Amino acid sequence: MEFLVSLLIGILVAASVYCILRRSIIKFVIGIAFLSQAVNLLVFTTGGISQAAPPIIQADQTTIIGEHADPLPQALVLTAIVIGFGLLVFTLALAQRATQAAGTDDLEAFRNTEQ
Amino acid sequence: MLIPLSILLSLFSAALASPLVKRCSNWAPYILAAVPAGLFLAYAFLVGDISFANTLQYQQPWVPGLNVAFDFQVDGLSLLFLLMITGIGAFILIYAGGYLSKDVKTRTRFYTYMFLFMVGMIGLVSADNLVLLFIFWELTSISSYLLIGFDNENKESRKKALQALLVTGTGGVALLAGFILLGNTAGSYRLSEIIAQGEALATHPLGTAALILILLGAFTKSAQFPFHFWLPNAMAAPTPVSAYLHSATMVKAGIFLLFKLSPVFASHPIWTASLIGCGAITLLLGTISGIFQRDLKRILAFTTMAVLGLLTMLIGIGGELALKSALLFMLGHALYKATLFMTAGNIDHGTGTRDARILGGLRTLMPYTAVAAGLAALSKGGFPPLAGFLGKEYVYKTSSTIDVAAPYITVIALIGNALLLALAFKAGIHPYWSKAVSTVEGKSYSKFLPHKPHEANAAMLAGPLILAIGGLVFGLLPQSVTASLIQPALSAATNTSTEITLSLWHGFSLPLILSITTLIAGITIYWCRETFWKREAFAQEIAQRDTENIYEFIFTQFVRKSKEVTRTIQNGSLRSYLWTIILAAGALVGFKIISLGAIPYSINLESLHLFHYVLIVGLVIAVGFAAFASSLLKALAGLGLLGYGVAIIFATNGAPDLAITQIIVETLAVGLLLFAALRLPAFRKLSSNRNRILDTILASSCGLVAFYMALKASAIELSPTISNQFVEWSYVLAKGKNVVNVTLVDFRALDTFGEIAVIGIAAIGVCICLPVTNLRYLPSAGLSKSIIFSTGARILLPLCIALSVISLYRGHNEPGGGFIGGLICAAGFTLYAFARGTVEALRRLRFTPIQWIAGGLLIALASACFGPIVGKPFMTGLWLPGFELPILGTVHLGTPLLFDVGVYAVVVGFAAQVTFSFLDSSINATSSAPKQDPCSKLTQTATACK
Repeated sequence: MEFLVSLLIGILVAASVYCILRRSIIKFVIGIAFLSQAVNLLVFTTGGISQAAPPIIQADQTTIIGEHADPLPQALVLTAIVIGFGLLVFTLALAQRATQAAGTDDLEAFRNTEQ
Repeated sequence: MLIPLSILLSLFSAALASPLVKRCSNWAPYILAAVPAGLFLAYAFLVGDISFANTLQYQQPWVPGLNVAFDFQVDGLSLLFLLMITGIGAFILIYAGGYLSKDVKTRTRFYTYMFLFMVGMIGLVSADNLVLLFIFWELTSISSYLLIGFDNENKESRKKALQALLVTGTGGVALLAGFILLGNTAGSYRLSEIIAQGEALATHPLGTAALILILLGAFTKSAQFPFHFWLPNAMAAPTPVSAYLHSATMVKAGIFLLFKLSPVFASHPIWTASLIGCGAITLLLGTISGIFQRDLKRILAFTTMAVLGLLTMLIGIGGELALKSALLFMLGHALYKATLFMTAGNIDHGTGTRDARILGGLRTLMPYTAVAAGLAALSKGGFPPLAGFLGKEYVYKTSSTIDVAAPYITVIALIGNALLLALAFKAGIHPYWSKAVSTVEGKSYSKFLPHKPHEANAAMLAGPLILAIGGLVFGLLPQSVTASLIQPALSAATNTSTEITLSLWHGFSLPLILSITTLIAGITIYWCRETFWKREAFAQEIAQRDTENIYEFIFTQFVRKSKEVTRTIQNGSLRSYLWTIILAAGALVGFKIISLGAIPYSINLESLHLFHYVLIVGLVIAVGFAAFASSLLKALAGLGLLGYGVAIIFATNGAPDLAITQIIVETLAVGLLLFAALRLPAFRKLSSNRNRILDTILASSCGLVAFYMALKASAIELSPTISNQFVEWSYVLAKGKNVVNVTLVDFRALDTFGEIAVIGIAAIGVCICLPVTNLRYLPSAGLSKSIIFSTGARILLPLCIALSVISLYRGHNEPGGGFIGGLICAAGFTLYAFARGTVEALRRLRFTPIQWIAGGLLIALASACFGPIVGKPFMTGLWLPGFELPILGTVHLGTPLLFDVGVYAVVVGFAAQVTFSFLDSSINATSSAPKQDPCSKLTQTATACK
């Protein structure tokens, strides 16, 4: 499974880089969305992927009995998902605003906006 | 304790200035002046106690690892400076009350800056730690920048302030380097310990380097050639500021440092040569340039420069006699220079001009100003029995007793003193006593004056008069002043305990002859003042060959080059920035991975099921679809599929919390993107084919690197200690069975707090980018209105809220928690807003989303504060004993649960805010857009871009 997820991460990063280099601003936003997914998956796989039980202590126990998934990357990724969402909507709002202010969605045309 | 208290008190006064000026504008100057006046009295009580053997010390560690400490020491030299700073400072503050306009803003700014400056000066002269001294040194640079550029709407004024800041600031950097060298060579950063080591340091090879750097600092600060040019320009400041900066403070800081370090470096040839050389040049340059000036303040500024040159020269000569004359001269100068600046300000105020050529005959119209100015001018001219006389006598005494180059120094001192006398008369005698240029209506004032002169008010007279009389007292009681003030200062500057005597009558010796020559020469030059004024062009000629040109050249080149560099690096093209960032990051990671060697990983494909292949292949297709779709809608479908697919990866690999979060977030994200899409133009091909190929190469290389990195990361067996520890502690210590949630709200709660703050900021950012107007989203305007949808949303909202509260509560032991609960609740409200409009959704939310965010953050913060209340660290999880409730069973309440409630509220507020913002802005887009056909506009821009 690690191999396949790593492959997916590679493809996500490639797609993300390609998209954020496009001149169309909405492609840039999509690239950011890809990047969030790629990084979340990357952090998730560092804990080692296994189809093991969730890191939840069974009833009437004080610690997890048997194989279980690593809780630490999960905690990191959980907040990262929400923050990634925050980043995405902020980028989107910024893109919307910038398009409106500059009158174009072409990022190359933005270089003249400061003059 | 006295010095830290003075500093705190002055800082407090800086803060107090604003409310005080606002409340009682009339009395504020007096109340504020009471602060330095009180400090002056406190220091005055130390006079007599402070001697070579007995200094006032205060020590407080600050950053011991970096040799930085709050060490203060008041010796005789510091005390003399402290008295000048606070004594003159008090009068300046009172004077400013009469001088400045009544505008509250102006006054507030002035008093705040002045107190900051005072803090800098008090700290500078009493610091006993090199780094601490440097900090105060810089504080004086910055606050004097603010003071010189006080008239900040004037471009010239700003330029001159910047010049002063750049020159003194560059010197400050050199000074810091010199201090570090000195401290490391001496093995101590305590100034008193360094001075105690004496001349041994100067012979050390690094000692010379330290000396040169420190001299750069002192020379820039005290306006010595070749850095002198900023000082005459700094008179762009309001007159009270000039009076303070020139007489007792700013420029004397460099002199103070030279005095202070003279025991260490006095015998060093570079010290002697550069101090005498630069000092002499500065003295001559200042007096000669000054003699051609017509502006009263400018005349005075050049004499300040000249006096600083003379003082530097004397310190360079060294020895007890030279230092004594420097101290005497300095004290006299502080008294008369402050007076002369203030009287010049009175003239400016009373007549509307500072041009000495058209001023005259003011003695009857401004009698008190005339008396003060006259006393000060006589003192400056070196007439007995005034303070300036003592200084001048001792200068001649010094010059006639030194061993080498005595004739040259004597001649330079003679020329300097004679010109200073002439300048003193031009500024302090000429405007009052010379004949008025013409008589108008029997009144003897010049018709060239902008308006009829009037005497200044009491506040503007108190300072000049008292300081001028102070000069007289000093001159009349030379012995007691010397014994109480000069002698302790001298013993500090020579680092020996000395008994000094002051004798003024030496018979018909060389000093007396020189004095008489000075008087005759000076008065003669004064007599010929018109001749010099007519040759003003000559002064401009000097100015054209001045070192200021070098400064200007460096400055303009710097600005030009910076602009060039900025234009190259920051060219405004996002693409080139991104290329740089991505290429650099990718290359670094790639290099690291390759240098680590091959992957110790055997691809184990046997454990894979068909399901896994299908999932990943499906996701890759979704990515391709989203990246290369021809329309935004298709791309969004791809993105949504990708998100749900990733959720499946989470769900099948033991991460139910992640899967739930991911599903809700994806749903919300796709929904919002959909709404935003209404405002954004359709996709179009813009990049050239060459760029597409280049980008493809970069993208695939980055993808390859990421793939390798992921493989390698998963192949490395991480040390599981932290995770295992969390699992072990989770129930025993933190009373939670869901380790992920416990990690979020307990073990790493501070992280989580930071993250919810980020989410809150993102929501505010969205709110700013998409400003809410009066137009609010209503379903009829956007989506087609459906009764089933509307009713469904109404039923689902309470269900969502209930579900969210349940998952919040049970999150500590089972999948769920604040993030998930908050997202479920927000999903309910989003659906409601879609179906019934944002206004109604906002009503159901009770509070505005921003209030939810703020409230959530406060709750989370409050939960973290329970720890310190019971004496445990911040954010310690605390639990109440469990109790039984029907249905719920055993209920555990604790601060981590409260923290999770805070997380919940922030997430609800965040999601609601972004949803409402996007919905509302989509309505603005459709209704406020012009009637023009959007497609035609798009094709126009597309053609333009080609």
